[in-house]
Amino acid sequence: MFESPDRLVLGLATGIVFGFLLQKGRVAKYQVILGQLLLKDWTVLKIMLTAIGVGAIGVYALVALEMANLHIKPMLWGGVLLGGIFFGIGIAIFGYCPGTGVAACGEGRKDAMVGVAGMLAGAGIFVWMYPMWLPIIRDYGDWGKITLSEVIGIPGWVWILLVIMIAVGINLAMPHSCPTIQDKPEKTGFP
Amino acid sequence: MNVFLQKAWSPYVVGAGIGILSWFAFATADHPIGITTPFEHSAALVIQAGVPDIIQNHAYYQNPENTPVIGWEWMLVIGVLVGAAWSAYLSGDHTQEVVSELWKWRFGPSIPIRLTGAFLGGALMMIGARLAKGCTSGHGISGTLQLAVSSWIFVLVIFSVSALTAFFLFGKKGRSHV
Repeated sequence: MFESPDRLVLGLATGIVFGFLLQKGRVAKYQVILGQLLLKDWTVLKIMLTAIGVGAIGVYALVALEMANLHIKPMLWGGVLLGGIFFGIGIAIFGYCPGTGVAACGEGRKDAMVGVAGMLAGAGIFVWMYPMWLPIIRDYGDWGKITLSEVIGIPGWVWILLVIMIAVGINLAMPHSCPTIQDKPEKTGFP
Repeated sequence: MNVFLQKAWSPYVVGAGIGILSWFAFATADHPIGITTPFEHSAALVIQAGVPDIIQNHAYYQNPENTPVIGWEWMLVIGVLVGAAWSAYLSGDHTQEVVSELWKWRFGPSIPIRLTGAFLGGALMMIGARLAKGCTSGHGISGTLQLAVSSWIFVLVIFSVSALTAFFLFGKKGRSHV
């Protein structure tokens, strides 16, 4: 049931950096997430696309050097489509996604804390009703653990280049929120 | 100016940081960053503790793919909480606010209504994530950067559906409240 202590410590350390970045990125805030969904504040997509572009270069390089393995999730059409619809409706009502919801708890946001309790309840419902979900996940088409390159015969590095171009385009073209005057860090005694 | 005391970093810096953190996760743990699997596993362990006989006949526990574990990803979720709290502490960027301005404008200042919405929204979101086997992190960043078809389809669906839902709930006028 428990993994080795070094993996637990490694996971904790990775999580601390992730949570720190999410909070500094201002995506642990209801108004920033809803600002993205209402297509006004593009902070969320800017962070995601930059992360995808930078991440893809390094991870594919590590795989090429045989220092890492890909972990592709299966293209199960029923699960991905119904799951995406539930997830999309849920995030618009809750106002946070799972990672930013946990990070928002660290900011002291009580609505996020209750929502994370709801996430645990949802996980319980998922496990309890698994016999009902399984046919939906499994029986509407399974393309397996497949990448874009395998579906459309364009090499991986071209896809990565395309993603980077989209990331740069959105980053240049779209606005993102800046902290208001009151949010600006106060001058402190630190040099 | 100490950058760790700032309330906000540029989204490009944060995005690049998360991208590099993904390299680190793949190289050191052989595991992509994700959030929701530990929620499923925790729920499965709690149910198992409450109803021990369930492993004998319940389809979830019969499937060898589902082996609940307290591991790297479970501690990652704890880390996200700690890291965000640390960052918010350093910059003083925490809040007592329960009902954000947009929600207040649309549904009123009632705290129970906001918390009910948060609870139900969080629950529905988690069921969706587990149906699709990933969330905004597991599919949205870790899966897409591996060029997984499932992850790109999932991201397109969640952004379309969540934007439609947000416009349905708050309308165009809501845009002046975020």
